[in-house]
Amino acid sequence: MTPYFNAVATTLYSIFEGMAVTTSYLFRRPSTIQYPNKLEKPLEEQLSDRYRGILQVDTSVCIGCRICEKTCPIDCIAINLEKNKETKERFLTRFDIDISKCMFCGLCSENCSTCAIYHTKFFNGATQNVDELVVRFVDSPIVLYKHRKDSDPKTREKDLSGVIVKQKMVKQRMKKQKTAKQEMPVNKISKHKIKEEIL
Amino acid sequence: MKENANLLFVFLFKTPIEGSGYSLAWYILFVFIIAGALLFFAANFAGITSFIERRIAARIQTRVGPNVVGPQGILQWVADGIKLLLKEDLIPDRADQFLFRVAPYFVFSGLFAAFVALPFGYGIVAADLNVGVYYIFAITSLVVVGIIMGGWSSNSKWALFGALRSAAQIISYEIPTALSLIPVIMLTGSLSTQDIIKAQGGLPWDWFVFHSPFTFVCFVVFFISALAEGNRIPFDLPEAESELVSGYNTEYSGFRFLVFPMAEWANLWVIAAMVSLTYLGGWQVPFVSIETLSGSLVLIFLSVAVFVIKTSIVVFIVMQLRWTLPRVRVDQMTQLCWTYLVPFCLVAIVGTMIWMLIFPWETRVALLLRLMMFGIGFAFCFFYVRRIRFNYFNDKTAYENLKKKSPWYPIWRLP
Repeated sequence: MTPYFNAVATTLYSIFEGMAVTTSYLFRRPSTIQYPNKLEKPLEEQLSDRYRGILQVDTSVCIGCRICEKTCPIDCIAINLEKNKETKERFLTRFDIDISKCMFCGLCSENCSTCAIYHTKFFNGATQNVDELVVRFVDSPIVLYKHRKDSDPKTREKDLSGVIVKQKMVKQRMKKQKTAKQEMPVNKISKHKIKEEIL
Repeated sequence: MKENANLLFVFLFKTPIEGSGYSLAWYILFVFIIAGALLFFAANFAGITSFIERRIAARIQTRVGPNVVGPQGILQWVADGIKLLLKEDLIPDRADQFLFRVAPYFVFSGLFAAFVALPFGYGIVAADLNVGVYYIFAITSLVVVGIIMGGWSSNSKWALFGALRSAAQIISYEIPTALSLIPVIMLTGSLSTQDIIKAQGGLPWDWFVFHSPFTFVCFVVFFISALAEGNRIPFDLPEAESELVSGYNTEYSGFRFLVFPMAEWANLWVIAAMVSLTYLGGWQVPFVSIETLSGSLVLIFLSVAVFVIKTSIVVFIVMQLRWTLPRVRVDQMTQLCWTYLVPFCLVAIVGTMIWMLIFPWETRVALLLRLMMFGIGFAFCFFYVRRIRFNYFNDKTAYENLKKKSPWYPIWRLP
């Protein structure tokens, strides 16, 4: 008979303890961050510095080693380098990152010797067109960075809010709309659609 | 209710009903008015409770819950209802067409008919049946017929398993539910819900819970088996999501599906009202005798408020149990019923009989014993609050170190 009544006692006591735990949770702060409506402070301030958001390239310190391009498991980085045969200077002519492909694994930024490519805290880059997510970081050829003994680019302060990526994405979108506007008179339906997109 | 109908007729048309020749038509109209009012209450209670339960569940899991539709998400249940109403009424190809269509009506009418005998306050009951409690048990058994019909006619193994489990569960749990109310019926000498409440008092030590240790056991047994009859967690085997997709209502969609959860939420009121009227003193207002209560309209409204508050507290506990306990297995469910609840009930019935003989209700010793029982109950509640406090302060410093802010955020502070 003793195990029988022990079972009753343990059941009732454990239910009692469980109820006490759940009731105490009614008096605790919910851990939900109510994005985007009710934020105590902007979400980018709440994220940690090691947050892996959209990639950004600081082309002024890129040495053109192409390690990021090679390590990328899904080939979302495309780099072109050119050499001036007379002056033997090397240029960066193309540095594209397809963010729609990127899986934010962080291999490229780990291997970069100058921290030219790194993750920002910028994450809400949704667009209506997938093509706009290919960010082109090089507009005109840039001379490659060379290591100097007096300065280490790794210690510089990174732009974690992603100003460059945001600018590039906005610029690309504007460009696209301009080219679309030129095509407008041909098709009235597409004109209507584009207007909606702009709005 | 007939007297109320007469009074309303006189109030509206200034003539006595006997001589007017419209008495039959008026009574039929009055029945429809009462039924409409009860349906309005049941449907709205089901909807609002579903919203409140989602919010409470969210807070227990440190979430916020639905808060987008309307201020603080208060209209979420309306949105859900409209969404389901606008959905296509699908019937599976191989399903038994007639039974499939009819099953939801059985489920809902079985539950809704229980509202007829449930009181809301002094004299406020649709029909004060002299077999009230018995009627409620009998009519809520209609639900299981609807569930089996729905499960069988769906032609789906999940639905069939859900229906079978439901049949096994509800039929076996009718026995402890009925047995655990026998002490109350013995103490009252009546099956009428109003008489049961009138036999108790307004103050806690005049409730049947604290009459003796045996009635307290019966109260616990009744609460557990009412949960099982209402298919609430931890006894929601008929619709165990992780095992049976959604149980007996797997194949339903649209309005026909809406009826099942709505009946379940409405059942929550039936469970809680039954618990509060049989053991927790119903609408009895403290320090007010029934004679003074019947005379004043304000006191009658106060009695309604008391009943609603008691029932809401029970509803809250049922909700919280849902988010505290895991689901029991089928064998555990039947074992609990036959080897624990039924023997306990039988012992408690005999015990109450002896107790009633030795300590009749009016004697001073009986009052002293009731006060003692109430003291034990109060100490239990006090210990419960202490445990809540302990659990809160146990995690407080760790939270403050981690988040640099106080974890204090009570339930009435809406996020």
